[in-house]
Amino acid sequence: MARTRYASDPGLIARMGATMFLLGLVFVGFGVGLSLLILYGGHLYSSYHNGGVSSGGGTVSDSAIIVLAAVIGVGSALASYWWSDKIALRTSRARLVGPNDSQQAARLHGIIDRICAMADMPKPRVAIAPTQMPNAFATGRNSKTAVVCATEGILQRLDNDELEGVLAHEMSHVAHKDVAVMTIASFLGIIAALMVRFAFYSELLGGRGRNNNQAALLIIPIMLLSIVTYVVSFLLIRLLSRYRELAADRSGALLTGQPSKLASALVKVTGDMARIPTKDLRQQEALNTFYFTPALRPGDNHLGAIFSTHPSLEKRLAQLEKIQRQLGRQ
Amino acid sequence: MGFLDALLGRTKPVPPKLDELFALPGAALTLQAATDFRPTGSGSVCFRAAEGRAFSDIENDVRELLNMDAGSKPVEVSKDTYGFTWLVCRHSPDDPEGLVTDLHAVNSSLESGGFGPQLLCTIMAFKDSGGRSLGLVYLYKRGTFYPFAPLSGERRDNALELQMRGTLADDLKIEPDLGRWMPIWGAPGL
Repeated sequence: MARTRYASDPGLIARMGATMFLLGLVFVGFGVGLSLLILYGGHLYSSYHNGGVSSGGGTVSDSAIIVLAAVIGVGSALASYWWSDKIALRTSRARLVGPNDSQQAARLHGIIDRICAMADMPKPRVAIAPTQMPNAFATGRNSKTAVVCATEGILQRLDNDELEGVLAHEMSHVAHKDVAVMTIASFLGIIAALMVRFAFYSELLGGRGRNNNQAALLIIPIMLLSIVTYVVSFLLIRLLSRYRELAADRSGALLTGQPSKLASALVKVTGDMARIPTKDLRQQEALNTFYFTPALRPGDNHLGAIFSTHPSLEKRLAQLEKIQRQLGRQ
Repeated sequence: MGFLDALLGRTKPVPPKLDELFALPGAALTLQAATDFRPTGSGSVCFRAAEGRAFSDIENDVRELLNMDAGSKPVEVSKDTYGFTWLVCRHSPDDPEGLVTDLHAVNSSLESGGFGPQLLCTIMAFKDSGGRSLGLVYLYKRGTFYPFAPLSGERRDNALELQMRGTLADDLKIEPDLGRWMPIWGAPGL
C-alpha cells in the first residue's frame, strides 16, 4: 500500500526523460553538423561554383570560433553552477539568518528543520530576502553550499502549513540536483547563441581578409545551423524546466502529505504577484528557474506558455488534486 | 535517493526505521545508574498528518488501540504550531517497556496503513531531582537518537546534552551529525 500512495508519476518521468534525450540529440546533431560543415563545406561550394577541385573545408579561424564559443559558453555556465549560491544571494540581496535572529527567522528555521528531518536531508543555510514580493528559492551545488531563501513578502502572506509546502518544493529542487541539470541543459543553448554572434562578427570584421570564397560563405551555414539549434534547444530547455517544476511540486506535496496547502499557497502567491509593479519584476528575471513561481507572470495565452519556465497554475493545481486523491485512497 | 532517481525528479519518500526504538528501556536503566535522571513515564510520537479520509481513519484506530490498554492513561492528542500531530502516552515511570511497546504500536499501525513516511520523531521524557528535563529524541528517518535538554525561554542546555551523549553512547545509536539535533520547543510531555 505504501507504494501506491507515494508512487511516482511515470508519465511525467517519461516526458522529462524524453526531453532530456532530445536535448542530448540536438547537442550531438549540432556537433556533427558543425564538424561536417567545417570538414566538407568547402567541397560543396567549390563543386557548385567552379566544377573543379576544391581546397577543402573551412579555415583555421572557423574552428577557432567554435572552440572559443564552446570554451566561453561552458566556462560561464560552469562558473554560474559553481557559485550558484553566492550569485543567487547577491542578486536577491538576501541575508543569511540564524534561528535566534528574529521571530521570522526562528519560524523559518523550525519549518526547515522538520522538512529536513522528514526527508533525511542535511540542513541547508537559511536566508531571508528583504522584498515584499512573495517568493522563495533554493540553490547550491551540494549540501554544503545549499541555501534556502524566503522573501519577507511570503513570510507575511502564508501561514505555517502553506510555507512548509513551498519550502518542501524548493528543497526538492536541491534534492533533484536541478541546478546541475538545468546548467548542463543550457550549455547547448549558450554555445549555439555564442556561435551565432561570433560567426556574425567574424563575417563582419574579417570578411575582407578572406582570400577564399568558399571559406567566407561557410559562415552562413554555420550561422543558420546555430540559429536553428538555439531556437530548438531554447524551447526544449523551457519544456524541461516546466517538467522539473511539476516534479518538485509533486515531491514537496508528498513529503508534507498536504497537497491542498501547497495549492492554496500557489493561489495566494500568484494572485498577489500580478498586482506588483513591473519595476521590481525585471530584476528577478534571471533567477526565474529557481523561483517558486515565475516573477513575470504571462497571461494565460498558449503561445506564451511554451516560453514559460513554470507550468501554468491550472496544471499545477490539477497535479496537486491528483496527489490528494492518491493520498486519501483507502 | 539514487542518482537516477534524483536526476529524473523521482523522489522516494524515506521509510522510517522502527526497531531501534527498543533500545530505549536499556538506555533508561543506564541513565538511572549513571545519572540523576528518571523516566517520567511519558512518551510521545510526532507525525505529520496526511490529508484525506485514509489517514484520519488510521489515526482513530491508533487512538482506540492505545486507549484499550488498561495499564495506561488515555492517550493525549495535540497539534503543534508547525501542524505536526503529537500522541502522548503516559505509563507508570517504572514501566519503560510498556511505554515503548505502545509507541511501537503507533508506528506499526501507521506503517501498515502505508503512512510510514509521515513519521517524524519520538520523545521519551526524563526528569532529575533538580527539576531539569531531558528528552531522548528518536529520529525515524535516520534511525538515531539525540538528547534534548530544553531550558526556559527556548534555550538548550548544550553542555548537558553533550554529557548525555557520552553517557549513552554504548546503549543508543546517537546521531553523529550535530546539525540534525533539531530543537523541539514546547514538546508535549517534556
